[in-house]
Amino acid sequence: MPASSRHAPPPVWRPDLRWNRVEIAPPPDSLIVPETMLTEAEFPLWEVFVRSKQGLDHKHCGSLHAADAQMALRMARDVYTRRMEGVSIWVVPSAAITASLAEEQSTDFDPMADKIYRHPTFYELPDEVKNM
Amino acid sequence: MPAPAFHVEYVLRLADSTLVLGQRLAEWCGHGPMLEEDIALTNVALDLVGQARLLLSHAALLENKGRDEDALAYFRDEPEFRNWTLLELPNGDGSHNDYAVTIARNLMFSALAVPLWEALAGSADQGLAQIAAKSVKESRAHLRHASEWTVRLGDGTQVSHDRMQSALDRLWPYANEWWDDDPVDVAVAKAGIGPMLGTLKPVWDRTMDAILAQATLARPAHTAFLSSGKLGRHSEHLGYLLAEMQSLARSDPGAQW
Repeated sequence: MPASSRHAPPPVWRPDLRWNRVEIAPPPDSLIVPETMLTEAEFPLWEVFVRSKQGLDHKHCGSLHAADAQMALRMARDVYTRRMEGVSIWVVPSAAITASLAEEQSTDFDPMADKIYRHPTFYELPDEVKNM
Repeated sequence: MPAPAFHVEYVLRLADSTLVLGQRLAEWCGHGPMLEEDIALTNVALDLVGQARLLLSHAALLENKGRDEDALAYFRDEPEFRNWTLLELPNGDGSHNDYAVTIARNLMFSALAVPLWEALAGSADQGLAQIAAKSVKESRAHLRHASEWTVRLGDGTQVSHDRMQSALDRLWPYANEWWDDDPVDVAVAKAGIGPMLGTLKPVWDRTMDAILAQATLARPAHTAFLSSGKLGRHSEHLGYLLAEMQSLARSDPGAQW
């Protein structure tokens, strides 16, 4: 399932029946956001990855809407690194991510539960090795 | 011992301009065109208020009258403010906010702020030089933000192009105030405290011409209009802005939170 399908399409304005009931006029056309604005096509979703300091991995920290990659980078800087969280940012179109299926979770991952011998737990890490 | 009056005036022009623009941009907080851009613009506003705090504290130190940053920000009246008029203008036509006007103003101001901070980083006034060295990085980000939106809007749809052009046409004459060097500018330049703004015009012109060309926007024609905010003679808009900004502090002077 592509990650973007998790997100509902932008809401379309529909007449609210309450207006009819209490005889309040619907909003003028100028206040109705046209469907062409901020659609997934014009402002698609991007996944944001931030490296908190040199030597560490980029970690997924959230998503945002932007018109293109350059704008997504700028937005990510303001949305996700304004409290000194990062030194580097990646942005990836959410639609480019292919995710494993939730319903196949048991098939995919449960068989690993009883294979403790695959865990490299018998090594001693030197103190100098951090972030392992 | 207080610094010479021209020195205080020069710092107040910078301080009040960043404060007033920060306040103007803060009006967009929660009303931006989209969530991400709302945060981006509010970050710009916060940067400017941060610059204003440092500059106002520095001005208070220079004038040596026992006032602090809050006294200067909240307890001076309109004619005592020294910001350039451009920064106090509304975010639109006064009745409707217009993002094109906001972006055009940020573009014009940050295109000035970057070379201004760069020059001030070498100021004979050590305190001012430190503030400039910190602020120039923020202003470079502001210039990038404003110029990228100028290109998107200018080279966007017919509607966005026309609105961006009309915003530029409306604001352009207010830049004249920068290039009209007065005795304050001359005195600070002589003392090595800061550049006369008129000397920054060629850099500003180059920056603006490059961005406007990319944005397919026309450079507005030069006019003889001259605003006078830096002398304390403001447009009708500053009073309302100050009323909103100062009312809380004045209703409970000395309050801490």
